Amino acid sequence: MAQTNTNHDAHGGDSHHIIPLPTYFKIFGALIALTVITVAVTKVDFGAFNAVVAFGIASVKAALVLGYFMHLKYDNLMNRVIIASGVFFLIVLWFFSVLDIGTRAIVTSPL
Amino acid sequence: MSTAKSSTPGVHQHAHHYDSAEHEYQSSKQGLWLFMCTEILMFGGLFVAYIIFHNMFPETFKVGSLFTDVKYGATNTVVLLFSSLTMALGIHYCQMRQQQKAVIALAVTILCGFAFMGIKWLEYSHKFHMGLLPGDWYAGNAEMIAAEIGNVTIPSNIALYFSFYFMMTGLHGVHVLVGMGLITWVMIRTMRGEFGPHFYTPVEGVGLFWHLVDLVWIYLFPLLYLVS
Repeated sequence: MAQTNTNHDAHGGDSHHIIPLPTYFKIFGALIALTVITVAVTKVDFGAFNAVVAFGIASVKAALVLGYFMHLKYDNLMNRVIIASGVFFLIVLWFFSVLDIGTRAIVTSPL
Repeated sequence: MSTAKSSTPGVHQHAHHYDSAEHEYQSSKQGLWLFMCTEILMFGGLFVAYIIFHNMFPETFKVGSLFTDVKYGATNTVVLLFSSLTMALGIHYCQMRQQQKAVIALAVTILCGFAFMGIKWLEYSHKFHMGLLPGDWYAGNAEMIAAEIGNVTIPSNIALYFSFYFMMTGLHGVHVLVGMGLITWVMIRTMRGEFGPHFYTPVEGVGLFWHLVDLVWIYLFPLLYLVS
């Protein structure tokens, strides 16, 4: 149970970290609570931060699913790096796309 | 291959090119995480496009979202979150060698998939009926639209919203259907007693896929149903 990040145990599955049932139920409760909050905050106007709030809550939920349901919290560093690289390159895609489209100007040819 | 049959039921023999069963398990899981990475990038492209077009035409997305019903969206969110819990429980019971409970948990997960797709079908058929279709297919019925959302000026490029709506929920829905098929497959294998504490890699892998489907929906719900 304790040595979860050493994966070269030749004896097979016994060393896998098993998340106790109450943890799963707590995570599920937290996810439902956050869903209620997501719907509730739409009635409050945060102005320009509306999208940030919605996105922030969604990301907390995503982190709970990744960490506990997908066992990433107890997984090895490699798998965490793989998923982090996916998220990183998604941010790169977003950043440069927004930079490009946000800075375009309509140019009329003087000719 | 990893599905090498052994003579004793329930005892999995790891493939010869792995040092051990643990080595096989970790390699399989790493491959699945790489696949999760490609899935994130595929859906990510759509999310980035959504963010950009939403910034360019905020009114289009605001009016478009009036046609979605938060009750349906929120119910489907709860259904998927619950199915993620039962999927995780399915893996847990395999790890604990509680075969019967594992089968029940996986069966409930599949039922949640049906519930999700059923609600999706209600939503889709309502939109089809009103002519709220993507791109060139858009044929919105003015009377029905007025009856549903009242006197709101419909932006001329409203079809853009429905292009995003159907593309994103459609691709997600296909993932739900594939996931349901995969869970059925591991459920049958669980019934046959093929999984236990020493070997449950396919259940874990299918679980990762199912949780990813949930993960995508966590972002889709506020994006499509709660646009302000």
